[in-house]
Amino acid sequence: MAEVKTQEFVAASGAAMQNPTLRRALRQVGTGFNGARLEAIDEVGPQLWEEWREEAQRIKRHTIDHLDYYLEMLHDNVTKAGGQVHFARDAAEANGIVAELARTRQVKLATKSKSMVSEELDLNQALEGIGVEVFETDLGEYIIQLAGETPSHLVAPALHKTKEQVAELFNDQLGVPLTDDIEEMARTAREALRQKFLQADLGISGANFLVAETGTLVIITNEGNGRLCTSAPRLHIGITGMEKVIPSVQDLALFLRLLPRSATGQRLTSYVSMVSGPRRSDDEDGPEEFHLVLVDNGRSKLLADPDLRESLYCIRCGACLNICPVYQKIGGHAYGWVYPGPIGAIVSPTLVGLKQAKDLPQASSLCGACREACPVKINIPRMLLHLRHKLAESQDPEEKSTSAMDSLAARGYTWLMNNPSALTALGKLGRAAQQPLAGKGKIEKLPLPLVSQWTKTRDLPLLPQRTFREIWAQELGQAGSSIASPTSRDTESRDAGSGG
Amino acid sequence: MPQPPEIRASLFVTCIVDQLYPQVGVSAVRVLRRLGVAVDFPADQTCCGQPLYNSGFTRPARQLAERVLHSFADSQYIVVPSGSCAAMLRVFYRDLFAGDPELERPARQLAERVYEFSEFLVKIVGVTDLGAVYPAAATYHSSCHLLRELAVRQEPAQLLEKVAGLGLAPLPQAETCCGFGGTFSVKYPHISEGMLADKIGNIQATGADTLVSCDMSCLMHIGGGLSRQGHPVAVRHIAQVLDGAPEGEAVNG
Repeated sequence: MAEVKTQEFVAASGAAMQNPTLRRALRQVGTGFNGARLEAIDEVGPQLWEEWREEAQRIKRHTIDHLDYYLEMLHDNVTKAGGQVHFARDAAEANGIVAELARTRQVKLATKSKSMVSEELDLNQALEGIGVEVFETDLGEYIIQLAGETPSHLVAPALHKTKEQVAELFNDQLGVPLTDDIEEMARTAREALRQKFLQADLGISGANFLVAETGTLVIITNEGNGRLCTSAPRLHIGITGMEKVIPSVQDLALFLRLLPRSATGQRLTSYVSMVSGPRRSDDEDGPEEFHLVLVDNGRSKLLADPDLRESLYCIRCGACLNICPVYQKIGGHAYGWVYPGPIGAIVSPTLVGLKQAKDLPQASSLCGACREACPVKINIPRMLLHLRHKLAESQDPEEKSTSAMDSLAARGYTWLMNNPSALTALGKLGRAAQQPLAGKGKIEKLPLPLVSQWTKTRDLPLLPQRTFREIWAQELGQAGSSIASPTSRDTESRDAGSGG
Repeated sequence: MPQPPEIRASLFVTCIVDQLYPQVGVSAVRVLRRLGVAVDFPADQTCCGQPLYNSGFTRPARQLAERVLHSFADSQYIVVPSGSCAAMLRVFYRDLFAGDPELERPARQLAERVYEFSEFLVKIVGVTDLGAVYPAAATYHSSCHLLRELAVRQEPAQLLEKVAGLGLAPLPQAETCCGFGGTFSVKYPHISEGMLADKIGNIQATGADTLVSCDMSCLMHIGGGLSRQGHPVAVRHIAQVLDGAPEGEAVNG
């Protein structure tokens, strides 16, 4: 399985915030991808779009609720079409299946189209371990493979790289002259990869969807590399998560409308490739063998938890990443595992262990923009809350992970808020304590735990002379109280706050 | 002619307004009373429990929520000068007490009576023009919970458009979070600050001298950043704007 660095979230996100190149690269997320998505929705019309989302969610809910049934149907229909289905419990098992197929078929060179699940499994390393050369053929994946990095976005794996960095990388790794022409760079990659497509014995692909009623693997790409990977080599292995199954081709039509619009704002991707089994006797080309590896690797834990099950509806469009103000600031690598952003903050903790990934569900302002952007209406904020609840209060010692200070603070806060008289007393104490600061009219530094984190970059207001409950008791709540201004002694605290 | 039945509103003032910004509560009461709404203030109210709930501490959050259910059991309407706290009462209490044999029903019944302040004025009192005067060049910050949990999008603008003297410049990226997020702002301050910096940049781009919102927590965050960076932009709760500019007093004093 891919290396887990979720426990380094705080340091990694801090470093990301300080990285000017990353800042520049991330700018295209909000305005570029997200802007294109909004335009595409506008073209469809918000009402119809909402109907599509509702329908997509209904299909996903139905399929996930009956996953065993549809997986069996898929299995039967892939088999009927001449393919072979393998179920893999975890990363080791999945890698083992692929490696064994490669070994027994004397595979020397493999080409791959983009697959996040293969990133999750660290499949490339497993294959290289038995002497198979693996080439990523999606341009973004090709770039990060050359750079020895991992993807930072579900849809655009090399999003974190600027074109200048790619030019330097190509210059360094492929020996081509430096250029700032993106088309020129694409041409370089195309030429390098064309040879590999022709030489490959094995093509590995992921799957955007698996159609149960026909046993069809569907991949959508903009580069055509998926089609070459699945048709040119003599062996094709499709590898994906078991949640990718949908019931029918009719359902597929809906998802083919939703996914590209949500991901890149396209009405349709340049290529939609559908693979049903290996080459038939009357086909001119296509692989001799087709294998489909369906990976669990922790997904059944999501399936088993009614509060997290919805996360399996995800179609990996990346819309929640693109709109997320946190992702826009820190990028994908800071999340520390394959799946970044809001959906990653749900999926990763369950797949790698909640304790190790405890920052992920907490590093969110719960603004809810992700839920609004999701084409299948996954309620991400609610699941983040559920994971926080597990961290704070789970009976399972494998899940519970809260600092003594947080627990104490929660207890203290609850007690205080259950005792209004104590709250009033504390307020009096605070007002006395802030006397020396009264001249300034604001608090610029307060060396208390957590509060000091606030005052590093933000002022705090002083406590007012009277609380609202005091004003109410003394004036507003009195029978026949006038609604005139409060007395003069409150006027200096009239402002809700002021910058000047 | 029969008098229309009196509207009775119990103010859930929120702990942040009670403890830090009481003048917002005072303005809310004044505005409501001017419109003929009978306002009461259940005195044993404190916090809605949101900071606990959002940190995963559902058991203590339930304790505080029970307190609210009890304090406001007899209220006709519960008016909250905060989108965030109103969302806690209306949306999240139902989650908090889901399946609770005793409290699920009271939580649902409470939810039906909860209104955010601007929403209450437009939907229940049925006014948009309060005759308020507030000379300022303003822009409006929409809080995330108000927008996405309560779906209150139009009401604040409908009210503010009718305020005499108030210029209202559209805020770029108005629906993006300011980075407060409760404990998020102190647990992940580096990310929160980055989000705040963007928000402040957008506010400055409008040229506004006043930032209006329906949530004091966002305003404490944005105002704290504006103040630290020395930007002369005043932050005001919508209740203060609708209450009108105090006579003889500079709005941005």
